[in-house]
Amino acid sequence: MVEPAAQKKPKIHDKGIEQGAAKLTPERIETVIRQFLKNETGARLKAYLETCVHCGLCSEACHFYLSNDNDPSFAPAAKVKQTLGEIVKRKGRVSPAFIEKACEIAHTECNLCRRCAMYCPFGIDVAYLMLAMRRICHLLGTTPQYLQDTAHSHSATLNQMWVKEDEWIDSLQWQEEEAQEEIPALRIPLEKEGADIFYSVIGPEPKFRAQLIYQAAVIMNTAGVDWTMPATPGWDNSDMCMYSGDNEMMARLKRAHFEAAMRLKVKRIVMGECGHAFRSVYDMGNRALGWRMPPIPVVHAIEFYYELLKSGRIRIAKKYPTPVTIHDPCNVVRGRGLHEMLRYVADALCETVVEMHPNREHNYCCSAGGGVINTGPPFKNKRVAGNRVKAEQLFRVKTKGVKTVIAPCHNCHGGLEDIIHVNQLGLELKFLGDLIYETMEKPE
Amino acid sequence: MHALYSFVAGPLLWAAFIVFFGGVVYRLVSMALLAHKKDLVVYSYMSLRYALRSIMHWLVPFGSLNSRKRPVLTIVTFIFHCCIFLVPIFLFAHVVLWKESWNVSWWYLSEATGDLLTLVVIGACLFFLVRRLVLPDVKYLSSPSDFVVLALVAAPFITGFWTYHQWVGFRAMGIVHMLSGEILLAAIPFTKLSHMIFFPFMRGYMGSEFGAIRHARDW
Repeated sequence: MVEPAAQKKPKIHDKGIEQGAAKLTPERIETVIRQFLKNETGARLKAYLETCVHCGLCSEACHFYLSNDNDPSFAPAAKVKQTLGEIVKRKGRVSPAFIEKACEIAHTECNLCRRCAMYCPFGIDVAYLMLAMRRICHLLGTTPQYLQDTAHSHSATLNQMWVKEDEWIDSLQWQEEEAQEEIPALRIPLEKEGADIFYSVIGPEPKFRAQLIYQAAVIMNTAGVDWTMPATPGWDNSDMCMYSGDNEMMARLKRAHFEAAMRLKVKRIVMGECGHAFRSVYDMGNRALGWRMPPIPVVHAIEFYYELLKSGRIRIAKKYPTPVTIHDPCNVVRGRGLHEMLRYVADALCETVVEMHPNREHNYCCSAGGGVINTGPPFKNKRVAGNRVKAEQLFRVKTKGVKTVIAPCHNCHGGLEDIIHVNQLGLELKFLGDLIYETMEKPE
Repeated sequence: MHALYSFVAGPLLWAAFIVFFGGVVYRLVSMALLAHKKDLVVYSYMSLRYALRSIMHWLVPFGSLNSRKRPVLTIVTFIFHCCIFLVPIFLFAHVVLWKESWNVSWWYLSEATGDLLTLVVIGACLFFLVRRLVLPDVKYLSSPSDFVVLALVAAPFITGFWTYHQWVGFRAMGIVHMLSGEILLAAIPFTKLSHMIFFPFMRGYMGSEFGAIRHARDW
């Protein structure tokens, strides 16, 4: 049918995709795709592709579609049609140019946020289909360059940011010393066998958000939690390989993470405020390893803070005075139903919480998730423009006096930061950890 | 003409029913086996309670947010789906045929009601056609096959209406009516119309994932 909108999109150059595609031949593409379809897909792919009746009910679920003036090519079902749908129809006989386009769609026009699964009457999981497309890109060697670099870091170091083992330990000790200035008896217990809690973070925390480790240490020490962090690889719970289609590495990363926790014989894993890492541990990585549920209970920071506040182990000295709003991260809201706990925590910490709409399970994604922000600078403008609806949501709460946005997810922070900056919204972003640290009663 | 009628009303009808029921069973069994081989997660996470919870929210009109956002489409779709089951099974003329052939009978619609519901189906098909041609996102998604499927559904109702009212050429149209109904039946398991078979499983699986694992609603 007509594709007027698709032709308007400006060409974005990405070395990873283009140089990868330059090495491809139609024969190679066909072989790889056929093997993939035969070995790695089954009933779900078949049922999803064969039953979609092209009704368009998913279109308005997608922030890319809404933000691009209802451009039909951004509708979830249209993204499937332009990628896997065509590939399966042509039995893998597609050109390198087609693969380039399909890679761009799967990697930069879908955050795998699963909102459309709640708008499709059949419950077709477009995120699953886009991940299948990304897997094909991975197998063909056409993953976007920046995302692939992150995946390389995971492969080489088992963390996302090329952090060396001694740098990791060093960062923890540095934050411990800093925090001891405030609370002299504070410790960041490394390698403590039998601790109640194994606290894991994502690579960017030691790399450039080290204050989050400081704050977590203050919270843990104040609440009197028996906790530990590992001194070995496995400390990083993030997993960009999950998004780059490198399923083997995804599983290796999760195994290192679970094994570090099991080696220390902890009761459960508490993870920092990150959404995709939670998805990798609770949903995708554990499954890749054959675990129906994670082998050790995994608790996201939202739930952990909820426990601490509800049980009174953390008390609030003075609530945060200026009005805040809550951004629901997809992977812990649609992915784990933590939205009410998030509101409990936000209410406990802040004087005034103003809701954005739609919210909870129906939230709009930050447009950074699903590895999209990790495709880097080439796709930044497209990503920010693709989430005008979020900017409008933020603007509406700003007019109601909101100064601060709570986003308990690293990716959301990255995405919202760009949206706020580009649209000159002048809002401040906070993690729950920032707010707890600011408002809590600390030991004298 | 009479020979053709006998053929369409006899062996071809048998063939259509066999293809339909056989096709449904084949599709279900082969999909279940494929899922067992390749998508074990489906079995692992399927939960009857959460599957039913989700299915109910999506079957009952206005049970989901998306259906509340599109009230006209919701009503048309719901009535359309009810009618395409009601009319063929409970139409007076059809019940009479069952009675004549097998001496079995059941409750039937009055002739006027049957006529009206047929018009409702035809109207709904027109609505879907206009949607496909007019709404940019639906138009973009539509392939020729989507129009063919819509025509397959509309044909037995249009021809049936024609035959009942004995318009010009209604005898021939009666044969076309039977033929189009048979083609539709046989096509259900093997086209997009198979959503009739797979809907409960797909919705149920998504409902199970959302309900039992992710502790979130999916409607």
